[in-house]
Amino acid sequence: MTISRADVAHLGRLARLELTDDELDHYSTQLDVILQAVARISEVAADDIPPTSHPVPMENVFRPDVVVPGVDRDEVFAAAPAHEDDRFRVPRILDEE
Amino acid sequence: MSTTHDTMPFDQALASFEPVLGLEVHVELGTNSKMFCGCSTVFGASPNTQVCPVCLGLPGSMPVVNAMAIESTIRIGLALNCTIASWCRFARKNYFYPDMPKDYQISQYDEPLCSNGYLDVTVPTDDGPTVVRVEIERVHMEEDTGKLLHAGGATGRIHGADHSLVDYNRAGIPLVEIVTKTIEGTGALAPAVAKAYVAELRDLMRALDVSDVRMEEGSMRCDVNLSLNRPGDGWGTRSETKNVNSLRSVERAVHSEIERQAALLTSGGRVVQETRHFHEDTGRSTSGRSKEQAEDYRYFPEPDLVPVAPSDAWIEELRATLPELPSAKRDRLKGEWGINDFELQTIVNAGALDLVEATIAAGVDSAAARKWWTGELQRTANDRGVELADLGVTPQQVREVEALIASGALNDKLARQVFEGLVAQEGTVAQIVSSRGLAVVSDDGALLAAIDDALAAQPDVADKIRDGKVQAAGAIVGAVMKATRGQADAAKVRALLLERLGVSE
Ligand SMILES: [Zn+2]
Repeated sequence: MTISRADVAHLGRLARLELTDDELDHYSTQLDVILQAVARISEVAADDIPPTSHPVPMENVFRPDVVVPGVDRDEVFAAAPAHEDDRFRVPRILDEE
Repeated sequence: MSTTHDTMPFDQALASFEPVLGLEVHVELGTNSKMFCGCSTVFGASPNTQVCPVCLGLPGSMPVVNAMAIESTIRIGLALNCTIASWCRFARKNYFYPDMPKDYQISQYDEPLCSNGYLDVTVPTDDGPTVVRVEIERVHMEEDTGKLLHAGGATGRIHGADHSLVDYNRAGIPLVEIVTKTIEGTGALAPAVAKAYVAELRDLMRALDVSDVRMEEGSMRCDVNLSLNRPGDGWGTRSETKNVNSLRSVERAVHSEIERQAALLTSGGRVVQETRHFHEDTGRSTSGRSKEQAEDYRYFPEPDLVPVAPSDAWIEELRATLPELPSAKRDRLKGEWGINDFELQTIVNAGALDLVEATIAAGVDSAAARKWWTGELQRTANDRGVELADLGVTPQQVREVEALIASGALNDKLARQVFEGLVAQEGTVAQIVSSRGLAVVSDDGALLAAIDDALAAQPDVADKIRDGKVQAAGAIVGAVMKATRGQADAAKVRALLLERLGVSE
């Protein structure tokens, strides 16, 4: 089982990472090692052992439907890169509507 | 952007192709607080005033599931005859778009809370109502996204905008997505089935009291998936039309997409798997993002939330809270009011069922309640382009008007003016009657004077009546009603007229 350079380039695009040719080689090799290690675990784990998504066996943690005051808008905007007309201002979005 | 022409007439399209439908409906739940944080969900607040570290995706914040959202979703699933999962997880749907500040949306992926149900919908046809069973694939929970405003461009649309502005008040509001299985074999009824299904879902959500389901405010939104195939062939490629935000648009979107795809396929073209955007103004859709490369959301189980595992006892407790469902209610009222399928359909189509029921409960006779809501009031609502329930007339006011008619103080014509005044928010029924000077002229002297004038103006008619041709009286009664601008009781005018001329019926 191997991960191709093309796979890594695709993942890079999805994560909005611009990867150089050298980086593609580097990460392909690294990720390959990781995937092989995970594959070993799959060999050991029988079908009745589901993949772990939550290390602590807990279920049904809920909160009541009660409104709690949020954060003041000015405080929020103070930490934002840009805002305009009471809204967060973000760069133009290209062809992703 | 594709062109909006090149369509094949609907009947011709249906002669060659069979439509296959799929509907995805998003419903914003009417909880007080958001799905994973305590921020308020009130609609229309000033931008970014209902936000906190959780719904802004700030580092270190942790989501916690709103119990009411789970209960509402289970109740929806039960009402849709679904199986409720005994154990399921939330998942992260990863994508970069500023409508979600976390760069992912918490949703459910392959473990929906509810699955495999159905909803029976009544579809009006030329031969009377027919029932179509729409199968439900899944009902899952997710969080709504923020609202984007594309600024700087001339059109306010994404193309040509220099930047976008984001309001996160809506981000994190609990959303339930209800997905149908493919709906086949509906043929020319496809647009009506789609509309009836969404209408039935809306009524169901109202009955369950889990959402205000206002399509115009976006608390209920529909995506229409549609493909065409020639009889006997496998399914065609489907398009997904988004932005379908009214019942009428659901019907129009299916109709226009059938016409568009049929023209494409007949002319040797092929349907592209894509997202299309529906435009309310034209009733047509335009091409959006191509989906030919399947979107890669890299779903994985949400590590910040533990699984949801509703016990049988909890599910049964929720089942016990289910109200009378809309279809059962319609059947019951049909029997109670002694009306047929067509009459029922007229009331349902007008969105008047609950209003008529409440009006009857307020003490108005069934026929009168139906007459006002599906007649004058529905016409007014249509003219104004609003839902009947939002017209501004209450069942209580209909009762007051009916009481005035019963006492002889108003007639139907004057009552219509009272309703006109109520819609125009001129005040209470009594205030409108007084300010508009609406009262049946019951003063015999005034009526007799008007009758004498009318008889003098039409002596030939007067002679006919004297000769016993009582049916001629209508012309004189009409003239008197006109002279009193409708403010007289026609039956009374007729009686006075005949008495005046010494004629009996
Ligand atoms: Zn929040």
